[in-house]
Amino acid sequence: MIINHPLLGPRDAAEFVYKGDASLIHRPDWEAPDALQAFTDYGYLRDNPAGLHRELWFHEQGDRSWLVVTRDTTTHEITSVELALDVARKEGRST
Amino acid sequence: MRYSGFQVIKEALLGHRGWKPAWRDPEPQPSYDTVVIGGGGHGLATAYYLAKVYGGKRIAVLEKGWIGGGNVGRNTTIIRSNYLLDGNEPFYEFSLKLWEGLEQDLNYNAMVSQRGILNLIHTDAQRDAFIRRGNAMILNDADADLLTTTQIKERYPFLNTDNARFPIKGGLAQHRGGTVRHDAVAWGYARAADQLGVDIIQNCEVTGFLIEDGVCSGVETTRGTIRAAKVASCVAGSSSRVMEKAGMRLPIESHVLQAFVSEGLKPLLPGVITFGAGHFYCSQSDKGGLVFGGDIDGYNSYAQRGNLPVVEDVCEGGMAIFPNLGRARLLRMWGGIMDMSMDGSPIIDRTHIDGLYFNGGWCYGGFKATPASGYVYAHLLAKDEPHPTATAYRFDRFKKGLMIDEKGMGNQPNLH
Ligand SMILES: Cc1cc2nc3c(=O)[nH]c(=O)nc-3n(C[C@H](O)[C@H](O)[C@H](O)COP(=O)(O)OP(=O)(O)OC[C@H]3O[C@@H](n4cnc5c(N)ncnc54)[C@H](O)[C@@H]3O)c2cc1C
Repeated sequence: MIINHPLLGPRDAAEFVYKGDASLIHRPDWEAPDALQAFTDYGYLRDNPAGLHRELWFHEQGDRSWLVVTRDTTTHEITSVELALDVARKEGRST
Repeated sequence: MRYSGFQVIKEALLGHRGWKPAWRDPEPQPSYDTVVIGGGGHGLATAYYLAKVYGGKRIAVLEKGWIGGGNVGRNTTIIRSNYLLDGNEPFYEFSLKLWEGLEQDLNYNAMVSQRGILNLIHTDAQRDAFIRRGNAMILNDADADLLTTTQIKERYPFLNTDNARFPIKGGLAQHRGGTVRHDAVAWGYARAADQLGVDIIQNCEVTGFLIEDGVCSGVETTRGTIRAAKVASCVAGSSSRVMEKAGMRLPIESHVLQAFVSEGLKPLLPGVITFGAGHFYCSQSDKGGLVFGGDIDGYNSYAQRGNLPVVEDVCEGGMAIFPNLGRARLLRMWGGIMDMSMDGSPIIDRTHIDGLYFNGGWCYGGFKATPASGYVYAHLLAKDEPHPTATAYRFDRFKKGLMIDEKGMGNQPNLH
């Protein structure tokens, strides 16, 4: 698989480390009353879809940026690649 | 018909006209006591033991394709019970004991071959860890044997024991481990279950569940609605896709694992060798092919095929300790979808929906578990409580912090 890095252009997926579902960006609020359940779900439950999957890849052997890759798990085709930083900012998670 | 040497000779003399199909091809009934979803090894074994050991009646196995077309027909056929943790080892040793009596029990030649499995050691720390695991195995009535490099050389003279990065410093052997003909396991269980009245219904995909007020009373399928008092999901790599239809999210990611087989060679490799540090393991099939593999690719996948970096990694690992592998040509390679759980161990449990049960999370090691998985799942279905060897395989272990994490990797499925 080739991941089209937003800053560096096309890179071999072997340069990256795979983390998993991009929803891991959304760490639950530890002070919320339902924090135990929310963290159990966050830590252990996954949608695991057959089809489009938004997922985190870390460019360990490159510029060490985190990417959000949208990939079809039934064909491995990658349709979009964003910097995780941009995604988090857009969702109001970071400044 | 009972299979026997006598039958083979008789049929040979009569021109092999008397053999019957090994199982029926029944139409689905409108309702059953128990419906098992998934005609892989585990689903078929579940139906068999439910009928045979627990006196279950009116049982159906629903398979979306043909039986044996999933991972039971794609794996590298290794059986063993060389686990460390209390939650696992009694279960896997129970499974190995069932393998030892399987062919007589099923009246089917599954080519169970206890040719032994050897895990290679390269460092002092690894030796300590393997000794500890060996002791845990012996405590659980399994066999374990620590071998020196000289002993390994006697049996496997062609191994490169002097690799600069991973010199072979010994190994942990389980002589009762080995291989089994995987397709024959599916067929053997199917035939034996069918003879006990189990309906094996192929080309019947489960598309939904009948759930009302927290009670499951059956399934929707491509061959119509089928009602059942108990519905038992057993679909390995498709677990999330199926349970999603019951509104459940699972502690599972689906990943692809690749395997490879060389052209047929004369007998070369007498047992199973695993070179975990180099992501490589290998055995030789009875047809002569070297069957080998390594790690999962490492990203979510339902594609049943992998990518080239892992192919390169596996072959490099193989060449490092088994250099004459390089002279063999690769015949075939393929992939299967693994239900990778968050701690690397399976789940066999009730769900929060009454009448709906779940078996999955087998990762890359569920073939060896087939007999015990079926047996303990049948126990759970019959008695609504876990079998003594499977009490740890619960859904709530994640919330309670009772993970069964053999590798100590945490909740990162692609590292187990
Ligand atoms: C390359 C590879 C190598 C492996 N090597 C080993 C090994 O050496 N040792 C070992 O112990 N394990 C190994 N495994 C793992 C092992 O094969 C699996 O853990 C095990 O086979 C899973 O259980 P099963 O046989 O029931 O799965 P499967 O055979 O996959 O059965 C699941 C069935 O469910 C069916 N299904 C799915 N969705 C539906 C639906 N909606 N309705 C009806 N039916 C459905 C599927 O069609 C399938 O037939 C390996 C796996 C792979 C891919």
